[in-house]
Amino acid sequence: MTDTLPGAAIPNPLDEAAITAAVEEAVAAIAAASSLEELKAVRLAHTGEKSPLSLANREIGGLPKEQKAAAGKLMGSSRGRVNQALAARTAVLEAENDARILVEETVDVTAAPRRRRAGARHPLSTLQDRVADIFVGMGWEIAEGPEVESEWFNFDALNFKPDHPAREMQDTFFVEPPEAHLLMRTHTSPVQVRSMLEREVPIYVLCPGKVFRTDELDATHTPVFHQFEGLAIDKKLSMADLRGTLEHFARQMFGDEAQIRLRPNYFPFTEPSAELDIWHPGAKGGPRWIEWGGCGMVNPNVLRAAGIDPDEYSGFAFGMGIERTLMFRNEVGDMRDMIEGDVRFSEHFGMEI
Amino acid sequence: MRIPLSWLREFAQVPADATAEDVMAELVKVGFEEEAVHRPTDELKGPIVVGQVLSLVKEPQSNGKTINWCQVRVVPEGQEQTLTGKGIDPYGVQGIICGAHNFVEGDKVVVTLPGAVLPGDFHISARKTYGHLSAGMIASVRELGIGEDHDGILVLSRIGLDPEIGTDAMSLLGLYDEAAEINVTPDRGYAFSIRGVAREYAHATGTVFTDPAAKVNAPAALSGGYGVKLNDDAPIYGKPGCDRFVARTVRGVDATRPTPPWMVSRLRLAGIRSISLPVDISNYVMLELGQPNHCYDLDKLSGDIVVRRAVSGEKITTLDDKVRALDVEDLLITDESGAIGIAGVMGGANTEVSDSTTNILVEAAHFDEVSIGRSRRRHKLPSEASKRFERGVDWQVANIAAQRVVDLLVELAGGTADEAGTDVGTAPDAVTIELPANYAASRIGIDFTEEQITGSLRDLGAIVLMGEEGGSYVVTAPSWRNDLETKEDLSEEIARLVGYDNIPATLPVAPPGRGLTRTQQQKRRVVQALADAGLTEVLSYPFVSKPANDTFGVAEEGAARTALKLANPISEEHGYLRTSVLPGLIEVARRNHSRGFRDLALFEAGSVFLPDGQLGTASIPPLGVKPSDEVLDGLYDGVPDQPLHIAAVLTGHDSPAAAAHTPRAWDWADALDVARLVGDVLGVELVVSQGSHQAFHPGRAAQLALRSGDIVGYAGELHPKLLAAHDMPARSVALELNADALFDAAPDVIVAKHISGFPVATQDVALVVPQEVPADAVLAALREGAGELLEDVALFDVYAGQGIEEGKKSLAFGLRFRATDRTLTADEASEARESAVAVAAERFGAVQR
Repeated sequence: MTDTLPGAAIPNPLDEAAITAAVEEAVAAIAAASSLEELKAVRLAHTGEKSPLSLANREIGGLPKEQKAAAGKLMGSSRGRVNQALAARTAVLEAENDARILVEETVDVTAAPRRRRAGARHPLSTLQDRVADIFVGMGWEIAEGPEVESEWFNFDALNFKPDHPAREMQDTFFVEPPEAHLLMRTHTSPVQVRSMLEREVPIYVLCPGKVFRTDELDATHTPVFHQFEGLAIDKKLSMADLRGTLEHFARQMFGDEAQIRLRPNYFPFTEPSAELDIWHPGAKGGPRWIEWGGCGMVNPNVLRAAGIDPDEYSGFAFGMGIERTLMFRNEVGDMRDMIEGDVRFSEHFGMEI
Repeated sequence: MRIPLSWLREFAQVPADATAEDVMAELVKVGFEEEAVHRPTDELKGPIVVGQVLSLVKEPQSNGKTINWCQVRVVPEGQEQTLTGKGIDPYGVQGIICGAHNFVEGDKVVVTLPGAVLPGDFHISARKTYGHLSAGMIASVRELGIGEDHDGILVLSRIGLDPEIGTDAMSLLGLYDEAAEINVTPDRGYAFSIRGVAREYAHATGTVFTDPAAKVNAPAALSGGYGVKLNDDAPIYGKPGCDRFVARTVRGVDATRPTPPWMVSRLRLAGIRSISLPVDISNYVMLELGQPNHCYDLDKLSGDIVVRRAVSGEKITTLDDKVRALDVEDLLITDESGAIGIAGVMGGANTEVSDSTTNILVEAAHFDEVSIGRSRRRHKLPSEASKRFERGVDWQVANIAAQRVVDLLVELAGGTADEAGTDVGTAPDAVTIELPANYAASRIGIDFTEEQITGSLRDLGAIVLMGEEGGSYVVTAPSWRNDLETKEDLSEEIARLVGYDNIPATLPVAPPGRGLTRTQQQKRRVVQALADAGLTEVLSYPFVSKPANDTFGVAEEGAARTALKLANPISEEHGYLRTSVLPGLIEVARRNHSRGFRDLALFEAGSVFLPDGQLGTASIPPLGVKPSDEVLDGLYDGVPDQPLHIAAVLTGHDSPAAAAHTPRAWDWADALDVARLVGDVLGVELVVSQGSHQAFHPGRAAQLALRSGDIVGYAGELHPKLLAAHDMPARSVALELNADALFDAAPDVIVAKHISGFPVATQDVALVVPQEVPADAVLAALREGAGELLEDVALFDVYAGQGIEEGKKSLAFGLRFRATDRTLTADEASEARESAVAVAAERFGAVQR
């Protein structure tokens, strides 16, 4: 497309055929413009000051008065057609241009780098929180206590007789010097005693925490592990209340299909005592009963040690291992995975269990 | 406790086809957990038969060995071989190569025929060896899995057997029997016996129990026997060490006679090795009746037996030929020569029975649980006897057990029993318990019938009478149940026998709770925030070495660095309790490095142990009584301080390398950032200052304190030497905070701040100060000097070099001013800036650039 040709004849604004031809030429050129740049050149050529239509328009001033109206009308409508075509073509080309830019900006989203480090909770810690939340939802409170503990809280207050074999079976870490009677707590039960001493009855507390036994680390043992123990002291509590509480808890943890079973056992701090099994429908190798923890009715001697009258109040207690729960719930096959701190173990769980 | 089924069947109605698993499934209902099954046929399969060696030809070999080429008859002469198969001789005579030389022609032996399988998955087949086809094996006890003796093959006449040729040797040796191993809880000493377990089996199945004690015909009274005196002048807890001693005499025994195979088999299944006939009998009776007992060589005893405490300096050589120094609390069996046994724990070597023993004194005594337990612990001598005495043995069964030993010595060892015997001591008072009629129901939650209550208790062997007033029972516990002392104990027994499965479920409603405490919420939020920020939580052990505590623990040297030491650590190297969480984290980091993970961000929230002041208490109060407030306070105060610490270690880079992403190496500022994150989560401002801690780079450690000035932790780059020593990547950084201190410092209420809508006026200022002046201090001076129009001030550039005097640096700050009630003029803002600079100038000689 060229600018106004030098020396080209200026069309007569009354020559309808010549004007129409100029309009047709302009509209064709506009339609042929394939980019905004080309369109700009077309616009200058056909609507610029030196374009045939502009020049013809300028001629109107020199026409006799009676011809001005007709010429004005013809030129007005002709230039209007050209401007309309320009606007329409501009809109089309601008839209095409916008779309092209977006296409050009395309990236491979699958190659996005991971800039933010993904952190993780330790699953034992996540599970501990989840257990606590279930009991808090039932109105229970969470109680805590020290990991190095006085022998009295760990044993005597819990009715472990000084020379009874049960005391030795706890495989206790003692703290030097022995005369100080300090040890690493072997269970979270001392927290129960502290709770009874510090709180008013009725008491409904859950005591989660770290406990210690002199076991070497292997696939199924660790000298440091986690427990949660529950204690309820109230008027007229019976073993049926214990079973009801454990059943409710088991269903919260493992779904409505969960079942529990109690088997007679012995613990110095409960009488009667029971072993708690849970029915695990999804167990590896088929549904079966899995040993989950111990429980029973609080021995009157334990209540007496905390100054609670066993004739007025009764209570129940239960305790489970968090490692054990994680092992059968989440199919952790080796205790060492939970202990060693290999980042792959925690990161696999992320923030969930 | 391992229970051979054939033995259990003598006293309980165990179905003929019941397996060890079936028996355990019943016993678990009454509280005995399954441990294991011991079943010889799991490893041993026939045909294994009795054979007689017809001929034996010695054939010397080129390797110097001599082998025996034997013809062994395995089917009685004139009978047909009914077995078929490869290598089975149809005429009943097997040709077998045997390397042992302890037998001769005519001996009856055990032949494992082709097709048999021995322990270790050893399949017997006919095979060519030493130029013959050897069709089977003549077995030793070791090959059969029933003993350790491998000196030669088992010659049946030597164990007192002369069976018919072709007899099933597995049956002959009791190898079709099996044992159920169960766990006996420490309260139930009586169940360390076939007698006790048979009774429990009857409880579990509702079948009939036959008391083995009732089958023994023991005299009601004994007199005129061996002289025995009970002289305990130092009883423990007021209980005499020995309150019964039965002694019986059997003369003319042949101690060399073999123990019959049925007894050997039962002992073996019960886990006890056969030693000699008198010892085997003693063990057998202990297992059957639960009464440990001892056989003395009567001719080695001198003078009366006296049961007494040891005297200072006294020694004994025990059966295991070890000389043991005795403690004055040890209860001894003595004669005129001195100690002849540690009572209830182990006998002495001098008076033990031997092959030449002909006269035996049998002891069956009753000892105090505590006394025996202490001696056992003191001498580290866990024995079958001490295990039972510690848990409690039936006082009443002593003379019955002694009689049973006597009967077996007479029957099996050819002895003659003296009619005279000794039985001294005093029976303990029977325990009677008052049980209110509705008590068990209220404790268990089952509405027991009267029949369930009295029936269960009577099944146990208790005597149940109605109380005088009605409404309660008076229960006398059986003599073998020393664990039954209270109405709670009886409630458990009733529930146990009725079945725990019958306990209904009711859900008690707790009173309204307060939810998690503030501290519990704070801990959770911090841990979650750290994980959300990209750190990985780990839980390391609190056991560390002394150097680890010295390096990572408190910064001050000396007494403040003390740590708790374990008396019995798993490893001496890690014998101390941590005073810092960092050593564990570093160990975990190293483990991850060794597994190929170098870019780490690890954190742990855990207790540290800081002994200070009173450590424990010299004594502890008794059980079953609430201690006085004073004593309780002492117990509380004696427990060392164990604050929760939060620590983190960052090594390598902040993120994984990827296309279009260059990871950034962690640096000292990241450690500070993580520490600040903890502060931010809790709403606690951490005051940062240049710190000094032996674990950190001397120039790149920040001390973190509260506004109050209390130091709460450190953050920064770990000391390069320490990193090198621990094989950690250079420039690894770490932080540790006392979380409990932060929790305490968190504000209870945050007072709202007025938000001004007026425009901001910003002013920048660059100040030249000496290098050593901390930026934070200059910033604080600016803040102080700027007055209340200052909204915010931030350091945005640090520069030293060209244009700045040597030893100085330029700090550029951006200040934002805003008034709450008007638009500030440029002059007002400049004025505020100038007064800010004035304070910095006055304090640090700061000069505007």
